Amino acid sequence: MTRIIETVFESSRPGRKGYALPELDVPAVDCAAVLGKSCREKAPRLPEMAEVDVVRHFTRLSKLNYSVDEGFYPLGSCTMKYNPKVNEVAARMPGFARVHPLQPEETAQGALKLLFDLSGMLAEITGMDAVTLQPAAGAHGEQTGLMLIKAWHESRGEGKRTKVIVPDSAHGTNPASATVTGFETVEVASDEEGMVDLDSLKLLLDDTVAALMLTNPNTLGIFEKHILELTEAVHRAGGLVYYDGANLNAIMGKARPGDMGFDVLHLNLHKTFGTPHGGGGPGSGPVGVKAELEPFLPAPIVAFKGGRYTFTGKSERPRSIGRIRSFYGNFGVLVKAYAYIRALGPEGLKEASEMSVLNANYLAKKLGGLYPLAHKGHCMHEFVLNGGPLKRETGVSSLDVAKAVIEAGFHPPTIYFPLIVPEALMVEPTETESVETLDRFAEAMEDIVAKARSEGPEAFHGLPTTTPISRPDETMAARNPILRWQFEE
Amino acid sequence: MTKIPQDLRYTKEHEWIRMEGGVGVMGITDYAQHAMGDVVYVEFPDKGRKVKAGEDFVVVESVKGANDVFSPVSGTVLEVNDALEESPELLNEDAYANWLVRLEVADPGELDSLLDHGAYAKLLEELEAESQ
Amino acid sequence: MSRYTPATAEDRRRMLEYLGVGDLDDLYSGIPEKVRQKNLPDIPKALSEPEVLRNLRELAGANGNIDDLACFLGAGAYDHFIPAAVDSIISRGEFTTCYTPYQPEVSQGTLQAIFQYQTMVCELTGMEVSNASMYDGASAVAEAAVLAASATKKKKILWGQNVNPQTRDVLRTYCWSRSLEQGELPAAGGTVDQEALDAALSAGDVAALVVQSPSFFGTIEDLEALAEKLHQAEALLILSTDLLALGTLEAPGKLGADIVAGDGQTVGNPISFGGPAFGFIAVNKPLLRRMPGRICGQTVDSRGRRAFVLTLQAREQHIRREKATSNICSNQNLCIVAASVYFSLMGPQGLREVGEQIMAKTEYAVSQLEKSGKFRRAFPGVPHFREVALLSERPVAELNSRLLDAGIIGGYPLEPLYPGLKKGWLLAVTENRTKEEIDRLVAVAGGDAR
Repeated sequence: MTRIIETVFESSRPGRKGYALPELDVPAVDCAAVLGKSCREKAPRLPEMAEVDVVRHFTRLSKLNYSVDEGFYPLGSCTMKYNPKVNEVAARMPGFARVHPLQPEETAQGALKLLFDLSGMLAEITGMDAVTLQPAAGAHGEQTGLMLIKAWHESRGEGKRTKVIVPDSAHGTNPASATVTGFETVEVASDEEGMVDLDSLKLLLDDTVAALMLTNPNTLGIFEKHILELTEAVHRAGGLVYYDGANLNAIMGKARPGDMGFDVLHLNLHKTFGTPHGGGGPGSGPVGVKAELEPFLPAPIVAFKGGRYTFTGKSERPRSIGRIRSFYGNFGVLVKAYAYIRALGPEGLKEASEMSVLNANYLAKKLGGLYPLAHKGHCMHEFVLNGGPLKRETGVSSLDVAKAVIEAGFHPPTIYFPLIVPEALMVEPTETESVETLDRFAEAMEDIVAKARSEGPEAFHGLPTTTPISRPDETMAARNPILRWQFEE
Repeated sequence: MTKIPQDLRYTKEHEWIRMEGGVGVMGITDYAQHAMGDVVYVEFPDKGRKVKAGEDFVVVESVKGANDVFSPVSGTVLEVNDALEESPELLNEDAYANWLVRLEVADPGELDSLLDHGAYAKLLEELEAESQ
Repeated sequence: MSRYTPATAEDRRRMLEYLGVGDLDDLYSGIPEKVRQKNLPDIPKALSEPEVLRNLRELAGANGNIDDLACFLGAGAYDHFIPAAVDSIISRGEFTTCYTPYQPEVSQGTLQAIFQYQTMVCELTGMEVSNASMYDGASAVAEAAVLAASATKKKKILWGQNVNPQTRDVLRTYCWSRSLEQGELPAAGGTVDQEALDAALSAGDVAALVVQSPSFFGTIEDLEALAEKLHQAEALLILSTDLLALGTLEAPGKLGADIVAGDGQTVGNPISFGGPAFGFIAVNKPLLRRMPGRICGQTVDSRGRRAFVLTLQAREQHIRREKATSNICSNQNLCIVAASVYFSLMGPQGLREVGEQIMAKTEYAVSQLEKSGKFRRAFPGVPHFREVALLSERPVAELNSRLLDAGIIGGYPLEPLYPGLKKGWLLAVTENRTKEEIDRLVAVAGGDAR
């Protein structure tokens, strides 16, 4: 059974080392003499450990994590689908991993072609005209997309458009991204199904509105059936419409954001396109645009000219918003997404979406007897359970339920999001789960709800018991932050 | 049972205020501290900052989130409660004994348009009923 | 059926029956007809696993790689040695395929790794607090600028021309989007021009100066003197630097830096055509609550056991929404786990040795090139680390072309971005360069033969 592991600082012993450099084959230099007061006086207190001890330490740490490779991970809005291993092999090929981003273009044609082809495929899948692969994550993509919107309006002398409309069911990154791009956020009410109320939206639309940001399917897992009217209304008012691609997994091969009236979107390659989440990154958040926004895309972009692939930089793209990061994007992640799309092909992408929706509906029906569902009829790739009644009836909160799910050996769904559903549990099974897994999860949830009814909240407060730690004190962590290892002086 | 002292005035956003001589002393109500959960940090405005009634000027951070606190009246920030810097949990212990900001109040008459004890109690009843 | 999707035709049939739905397409009835896709995406059809590998090998094979070519190119991405154990550990599915550690009970591996990483960044930078990382160095420096503006309540950000051009580009984009003013200071002597700095500071409203050291040219700045000047003007010193270099260079926290940021590719992350790696950022306690991104903290659990959790989340986007300090939603987690493994293997002595080798080899390469008579230093008398700007007799394009023919990737051409450095050539020499490679470089670059 795994137990708590000491830190590398506690395992360190003076004189131990886990590296071997060749002997210096040129004359040594007196660093202190050359650098003077810029030379380091006191060594940093990094661990001194032999390789075997470093490997054991991190191997044991890894065993404290629950991961998709271990089991079901139904985190709503995260699309925790299986990460194919062939993609890992691809990204590690020396012809990708050992290529310098600034080496002569003629020695990087394969890399450039991959970027070019991937951009093209993502544009085709989403119905957009051009794509940048630079953003490092979804939130970064959002920020980039909003910058494009800002630049577009500014180029037309419409700098007065300072408002971005966001549904109250939206993910927190949407208003945050708007703010950091210098916009003011205005909330539009959604109805009980999380759908934007068209009339409420129209009341907000005037010539100070820059954009409307939407996810479709929305955060309750329902497709906005008035999407064409919504996007049309915004366009008539002179604004643009932004698509948050977090939920694209539901509709690949079935519907394209570009056909719904969206002008700009971001994708999450680590969600929809199967690149691993890595415990919180690295991901990738490419941004796709319609032709009118193409000139503003971050430079450089790969073009195919004169029979070869080449970067077109800021000098050829004078209206570009510039760079939003160094080099070209999380290339290693892009390789994995490229491999994924090539492996699935058009049929495979459609099948992935269809199965994600079938799995979600199947599980929703299985759980619909335990919890009120936040949607009527069918959902798309995810659904939200309303934990409010169970809490009122038994005192057991969705947090308690999540801890019980951990006890049962699964990763819990997303809790307390979206904010419009009380005690929300957002479940997204994805297409890479078998029906047996869904059945077992549904059984576990039945047991948990039954336990809530018969034993009440006290039976949950000690959960989980099967994990290395349980119910850490988050208040203490925030009140007296200890954010680094303290050495004994 | 949430505490609602008789001698204070209240806002719909769950702030309280009383006058001490010419100075307004304000804080958050017991209902507010309970709803926020464990307070971990309070971000105060600078002394001398001018605020309008209803303007956000303090942030009370709890584990769950960061909550904006709005000034009940228009005025100028004179003093902030430094004790909360060391011990933010005091707000959870007694939200009325632990004030947040002392203000120079531009127009004491503004307090008349705030809720009194009875009106605030009624508001809390309505909120309780809504959440059922 | 795709090998990644377990459901068989029979499974699908059973599930549809359970739902009382005749056709899977009925589940999509909520999508208006006008919006439904009539055709499948026009992308190449599916490939089997061997075909995927073949396709990718073809693309990879069309690239020169720095296992085969001796790399003397730096300019923001460097060929450093990565011990094999690093990739072995970050290949583990338990690190790769888990999500952000929002449920601490099932994520202590990730959380402890982050806590250890944060500690290592503090040790190297000499600062009190580090976050769990940012997207990359350039965006981390840009976020540092935004942080400084918000902390000082001033609007102008200055930077030297010897800051990496890509970093400056990102700074410009972020400043524009946040309506901050920008000022670029010359660095004709390789370091920030002091007179220009004095003038800019007297003009007022300066929130911070962004300094890079080692700079884009490899030069080392006098951080202590800069910090003093800036603090007198009530402005902050933002240092863009390199964690590997800090094994040899003095901790910037000790020299007065207020915010330290930079790129982490050099420590345990493959060069990989520019990504992924990570950006780091570190501050002292007064700026803690303004620091963007995730932070991991230590606490105890219900039974008094040591535990790690994400903390201070109230600042983050998912809670603060439109009042968030930044919109950053992720850290580059796997890349910082890689860095922490690298640091654990190397230790302080390893980093010191790497630094010594870098300085020795750089000096050897530059002095040999000088001896050829075809090169001279652009910034003589200024200390350097890992990179040196040289002025070449021969046009740089021609020089690099000859080197490529000899199996060498030459230095970065400086003149396009720095017109004052005629035939400027930025040479990077890391611990990975052998004497043989350097001698070969000198023979071709310094030789006469065509």
